[in-house]
Amino acid sequence: MPRNAVNDFVVKFANVNGSGSASANQLFAKSILRMGIPIASRNIFPSNIQGLPTWFEVRVSGEGHLGRRGGVDLMVAMNPQTWDRDIAEIDSGGYLLYDSTRPMPASRFRDDVQVIGVPLTQICNTAYTDPRQRQLLKNIMYVGALSALLGIEPAVIEQLLAEQYKGKEKLAKPNRDAFHMGRDWALRNLDCPLGLTLQRADAVGDRIYVEGNAAAALGAVYGGATVCAWYPITPSTSLAEAFERHCKRFRTDPNTGKKRYAIVQAEDELASIGVVIGAAWNGARSFTATSGPGISLMQEFVGLAYFAEIPAVIFDVQRAGPSTGMPTRTQQSDLLAAAYASHGDTKHVVLLPEDPRECFDFGAASFDLADRLQTPVFVLLDLDIGMNDWLCEPFAWDDTRQLDRGKVMSAEELEAGRTFGRYLDVDGDGIPFRTYPGTHAQKGAFFTRGTSRDRFAKYTEVGSAYVDNMQRLLKKFDTAKSLVPHPVERHAAQPTRTGVLYYGSSSAAMKEALSALEADGIHLDAMRIRAFPFHDDIMDFIARHDRVFVVEQNRDAQLRTLIMTEGNIDPAKLIPVLHYDGTPITARYIHAAIADRAAAMKVVPFAGAAAE
Amino acid sequence: MSFLPKPKLHHPKLPTNDLGFTRRDYEGAISTLCAGCGHDSISAAIIQACWELSIEPHRVAKMSGIGCSSKTPDYFLGASHGFNSVHGRMPSVLTGANLANRDLIYLGVSGDGDSASIGFGQFAHSIRRAVNMTYIVENNGVYGLTKGQFSATSDKGSKAKKGTVNTDEPIDLVGIALQLGASYVARSFSGDKAQLVPLIKGALRHPGPAFIDCISPCVAFNNHEGSTKSYDFVREHNEAMNQLDVILGRDAITTEYAPGEVREVTQHDGSVLRLRKLHNQYDPTDRVAAMHHLHERKAAGEIVTGLLFIDPDPQDLHAHLDTVAAPLNRLGTADLVPGAAALAKVNAALR
Repeated sequence: MPRNAVNDFVVKFANVNGSGSASANQLFAKSILRMGIPIASRNIFPSNIQGLPTWFEVRVSGEGHLGRRGGVDLMVAMNPQTWDRDIAEIDSGGYLLYDSTRPMPASRFRDDVQVIGVPLTQICNTAYTDPRQRQLLKNIMYVGALSALLGIEPAVIEQLLAEQYKGKEKLAKPNRDAFHMGRDWALRNLDCPLGLTLQRADAVGDRIYVEGNAAAALGAVYGGATVCAWYPITPSTSLAEAFERHCKRFRTDPNTGKKRYAIVQAEDELASIGVVIGAAWNGARSFTATSGPGISLMQEFVGLAYFAEIPAVIFDVQRAGPSTGMPTRTQQSDLLAAAYASHGDTKHVVLLPEDPRECFDFGAASFDLADRLQTPVFVLLDLDIGMNDWLCEPFAWDDTRQLDRGKVMSAEELEAGRTFGRYLDVDGDGIPFRTYPGTHAQKGAFFTRGTSRDRFAKYTEVGSAYVDNMQRLLKKFDTAKSLVPHPVERHAAQPTRTGVLYYGSSSAAMKEALSALEADGIHLDAMRIRAFPFHDDIMDFIARHDRVFVVEQNRDAQLRTLIMTEGNIDPAKLIPVLHYDGTPITARYIHAAIADRAAAMKVVPFAGAAAE
Repeated sequence: MSFLPKPKLHHPKLPTNDLGFTRRDYEGAISTLCAGCGHDSISAAIIQACWELSIEPHRVAKMSGIGCSSKTPDYFLGASHGFNSVHGRMPSVLTGANLANRDLIYLGVSGDGDSASIGFGQFAHSIRRAVNMTYIVENNGVYGLTKGQFSATSDKGSKAKKGTVNTDEPIDLVGIALQLGASYVARSFSGDKAQLVPLIKGALRHPGPAFIDCISPCVAFNNHEGSTKSYDFVREHNEAMNQLDVILGRDAITTEYAPGEVREVTQHDGSVLRLRKLHNQYDPTDRVAAMHHLHERKAAGEIVTGLLFIDPDPQDLHAHLDTVAAPLNRLGTADLVPGAAALAKVNAALR
């Protein structure tokens, strides 16, 4: 039986990398949003520019689920290379749309999948002579066919094309024509609509559709970053590139045309972080964007910044390791590498955004935190958040907000005779004052070293001075606990002794899994961790529950390890739920993993447990 | 090392510069290097150069990596901020500092291990990126702090203190700096203060990447027979191309020279570099000829010193990036944060 569903299905496009399918697929995705129906979209792509297979998956969810669902209801199979696996991936009762220009033997199809052939190449070749047009417009043509098959309003597509090609009617027209060509052919020759249909809704609201990297880069602009040094690495490259784009728009001096920012594409990640640290030492807000291999290379410098107390911001868009690993696959596997980066006793502030909106918020906040705490701050995105467009709350900004530059002693204060000791804790929060180079002719200069100096930055290798400094750094880290974003708790519908901890890009799937588990009668209190060092609320949460699932996307349960170490928690209490095959975690996966273990542990509603 | 700190009191008639500072005002902490170390002479030359130029000490940022040479910024300009960073990574830290505030003078001090081995890449890239800086390599051909291993600038055939002969080709940092576009390139010798001080002065006034390779014998590990970086060897093989005088606008010109004997180069800030020729054919504004001459004399066993190349009209990284005139570290919320109205427009385009 072909599947029937309204506003609740998954469409997957199988394309060839570099064939121009991305903008057509975007058009498809956005048109559904414009009809007021939430979607979650994901690119699944190889480390390649042209020729290898690439997929684009759109989950249509009237209910608003934004995690990856798993399974495919409609496959748009445009890549002969991956035909067999694409066909195999379709759920029973699903649909297949393919280019029927060349006849295919029946053996290449499945009996339980409804096949829809559209002779796209033939229509295209009849309409166009230019080979590039033939290729590009074929993509728009399948969007046209899909609009007829699924019920996308053509006016919405026309509006989107008008916006995309604003002032470029020469480009808009052929796209519009190709769209209608595909749509008309489908209406004339196929049974429209399919069992899968779209119905205009009002479930999107004022939300925006944006990728995390672009959002984080915008956060850096709003956070007052002026220096960016980076080395190209997937999946973080688009963050630095977005920063440049945003800066061109927002940071060009209107009178002189000159730039209120400096971007250096460095020779490697070591130089990138060196530039960031040099600039931050000299009072400019600066950051780098990288991924796991870059984090490995930056280790020595990150330690220096920790000890020398220099505010640096590092965006780490995580991918599966190692260097020659799966650069285009997602993971949350840099958590420990970031939290304890470098040699010696070091630990760092790590922020864990769940979606692009938080990438923006935390991106901006990271610079205030770095300056306030005078220490490196990691913002951990991952490929799933960073390189996919997500439906999220719109960006917001309070115009009364000022950049918090932290404890910087001014020339006036120095002149007035205020005591300056670079490593002197005057307020009891472990955070000393600093001065920018060149502040005052006689006062406030100091020589920056890692350690081997006293509270007044004078050279010493005396052990007690070292210990004194290390203890102050611990105090500072304790101060950080209350300054970083606090965790967010969500209570179960019924009282329960079971909890779940999660973070970052697992959030959307977790939310959906929690509803599904609740429907099964499995109730869990949930807490989303948003930063390290861990706020006291997280340890309270663990104390309030008998067992706590820890959901994350890596093999070694890194968050669980960090919680055990920092909170001195009994390992038996923390049950890992791990997903690390490089694809984003799904609600189905979390649901199954927790339901299985819950059954084994007889997790039943609290009231029921009491009655036993 | 010297164990006796110098008294802060000094002779009341010590000469002062335009700012009213004596040389003592440009000193730093007591050196912890070995007595007779060439590096201490370079520190003294830096002090002399800054004093003569009447540079306000707090307008200088001293940057270094790791090693004996990289310790020295603590020993001069005590009123300047300094940064003893990571081995071989001073160039990137300096580049960042320079981006943050284009108004300060950036003085990078490094060694041959720091710049020719572990930091060879950063050295090269900071030069080709044209960072406005004075980059001094205190070159002794040896790892001092780890007790006498060859460095990458050790000459082939040079003998270590324990007798090992170096079989690897040396890296000539001057050659690399010339190739990668440094706009002020000099080589000098820590034992020749008369030559070194003006070269440092010229570099400090140069508005682009200025590189000085300063041979600086290591008295503990590389000053013996068979070393090519010993005091004796360098004195014997030193071939100076010219003698530099840095003349600031207000200085009266006192010495008379015969025609053809002197070459003058005026820099952006009006300072004049006057080069008294010691070598007839040498034209320090011809990069290709300078590279050729360097290789030729090296083959003849000479150590070529002096101001080897000067581009009188250099550009720096800020010019390439087209940054605003105000230092980036002085821009505030109003200059940097686009605000809620701009954000509303961004949101609108993402629906």
